[in-house]
Amino acid sequence: MASHAHTSAAQPAILNEVNPTPFPRATLVENNRSFGWVTDKICGIIEGKTPTWWWVCFVLACCVASFTVAGVTYLVSTGVGVWGHANPVNWAWDIVNFVFWIGIGHAGTLISAILCLLRQKWRTSINRAAEAMTIFAVVCAGIFPVFHVGRVWFAWYLFPIPNSNAIWQNYRSPLEWDVFAVSTYGTVSVLFWYVGLLPDLAVLRDRFFKAGNKVRSFCYGFFALGWRGSNRHWSNYEMAYLILAGISTPLVLSVHTIVSFDFAVSLLPGWHTTIFPPYFVAGAIFSGFGMVLTLMLPLRAIYGMQDLITQYHIDCMCKIVLATGTIVGYAYGMEFFIAWYGANPNEGFAFINRAFGHYAWAYWIMISCNVITPQFFWFKKVRENTALVWILSIFVNVGMWFERFVIIVTSLARDFLPSSWGYYSPSIVEIFTFFGTFGVFSVLFLLFIRFLPVMPMAEIKSVMPQADVHGHDHH
Amino acid sequence: MSAKPYGLIATFDTTPSVYHAAEQVRDAGYKNWDCITPFPIHGLDKAMGLKRSNVPKFSLCGGLLGFTTGMSLIYYTSAVSYPLVVGGKPYFSPLFAFPVSYELTILFTAFATIGGMFFLNGLPMHYHPVLKSDKILSGMDDKFHIVIESADPKFNLALTKALLEKAGGKDIQELEA
Repeated sequence: MASHAHTSAAQPAILNEVNPTPFPRATLVENNRSFGWVTDKICGIIEGKTPTWWWVCFVLACCVASFTVAGVTYLVSTGVGVWGHANPVNWAWDIVNFVFWIGIGHAGTLISAILCLLRQKWRTSINRAAEAMTIFAVVCAGIFPVFHVGRVWFAWYLFPIPNSNAIWQNYRSPLEWDVFAVSTYGTVSVLFWYVGLLPDLAVLRDRFFKAGNKVRSFCYGFFALGWRGSNRHWSNYEMAYLILAGISTPLVLSVHTIVSFDFAVSLLPGWHTTIFPPYFVAGAIFSGFGMVLTLMLPLRAIYGMQDLITQYHIDCMCKIVLATGTIVGYAYGMEFFIAWYGANPNEGFAFINRAFGHYAWAYWIMISCNVITPQFFWFKKVRENTALVWILSIFVNVGMWFERFVIIVTSLARDFLPSSWGYYSPSIVEIFTFFGTFGVFSVLFLLFIRFLPVMPMAEIKSVMPQADVHGHDHH
Repeated sequence: MSAKPYGLIATFDTTPSVYHAAEQVRDAGYKNWDCITPFPIHGLDKAMGLKRSNVPKFSLCGGLLGFTTGMSLIYYTSAVSYPLVVGGKPYFSPLFAFPVSYELTILFTAFATIGGMFFLNGLPMHYHPVLKSDKILSGMDDKFHIVIESADPKFNLALTKALLEKAGGKDIQELEA
């Protein structure tokens, strides 16, 4: 009894006050930079002289992009048969590449929308570039299904526009859902990006006006729509931004869900599984963050942005890659388990064939890149080694391309009837077309970093300690 | 310069100073005034006495319109204009119509939200007295400003200037209309 009284005196059963452990807040902008420094740093990239490396990269990217132009021109002038598709593999690189690029785009929306709703302030310094990546990835993705329809001049049949046959689209098909999902995704991403750019365009308008460059001031000013930083405007702006983040979140989840329906709604073994929607979304975020790292780390090094994209930012991104990569690894395992547990011989065969059949090489590349690579990010030493993080991010990109290849090609090449089985290899035209999309993407991204602010200045300033009105002033 | 200025503009160096000045202007009963800030300052809406934004009303209308558009488009095309049996499925079911209607809900909401934001803000407006002032350059960068318009019923050149000075405003200037 005495001992009980003693303990209750030391620590009452119900505490009067609960003090959460104070977690140190990570600094998002290092070295106590001022607001003016942020503006000068980010605008300086656009105002400075075009660096030589930019021209070198730009010319190189244009050359690579010409492969897509050549490949697509040849396809249109000859016919879709110039691709390596044949029964039973009628979807191959085109759909692989489509899903690959769309997936990459998803990290941009995740960063701008989901992390905004979760109040993850570290998103501010990477969201602009990641959103740009989304838009350019959707552009690259769109090329493939549009040209896969064969007679591309009829691609408008995908949309409900009255035509001379008086027939309408089949809304029972996930492929038609995909048309709406992807075009909505592209449109909303552009709108979201533009709204974010608005205050920064106004900054550039005024800086170029001051510097006497009337032409550029006019161009930025035209698109800034007369933004003047009014707090009455900010009030509506912030609400609009929050709503856009709120609707982009279900949008991004639905887009890759619907992409996965293209497969899951069919009856093909290896495709007809309910795990596809979450598995595709996790994979998309995984590949997208891989691409964000691939793009942002060189950008950070070239422009000396270590104070804006700090080690904390890289840590966060690596951890997301680790988490989503592990989810993807779990999905691979669970697919195998269900194939066995479901006791469907066709399903079982499809998975054994993936791992040990003709395309086993692709399967094991996928496993090594997607399951093993991210596990290195458990270690702080790895996350702090920027060069290594960059190399691992490349492996993630490669692995996720192979994932789509494995899902699409291995399932189609061995369907129900052995008489129709085949082996698919891409033609040189497909290879060129896909290779060229990296050029298309790079051309767009290089133009973006040359002419638009790569980071949202207003948003970065709003998360700096000086922005707090209750005076946590670090001057 | 015309006899009557557009208003007065005062400069503030830090976020807390503009925040507290805004509270004083609000309490003095001004209606036609504004803060010019390079980024949205958390809590400034309350300090200015602004009500919650009306943008969500536009968003809601857009969303409802989008969903209705999706459902009616699919009903009209699949069950009225050219009914066609595909895979023995019904001409219309809200289930298969849902994904497209869902996407259109989001698409229309996005347009309505952004359109509503521009409408409420009166943008685009490429000419404005504030944009004509030299102060806009720093106002977009690292300084904060309060503008009190001469259209405000309580506006009085001397008294308003005194209020802004008392609130800590520096370099108070008249804005040309």
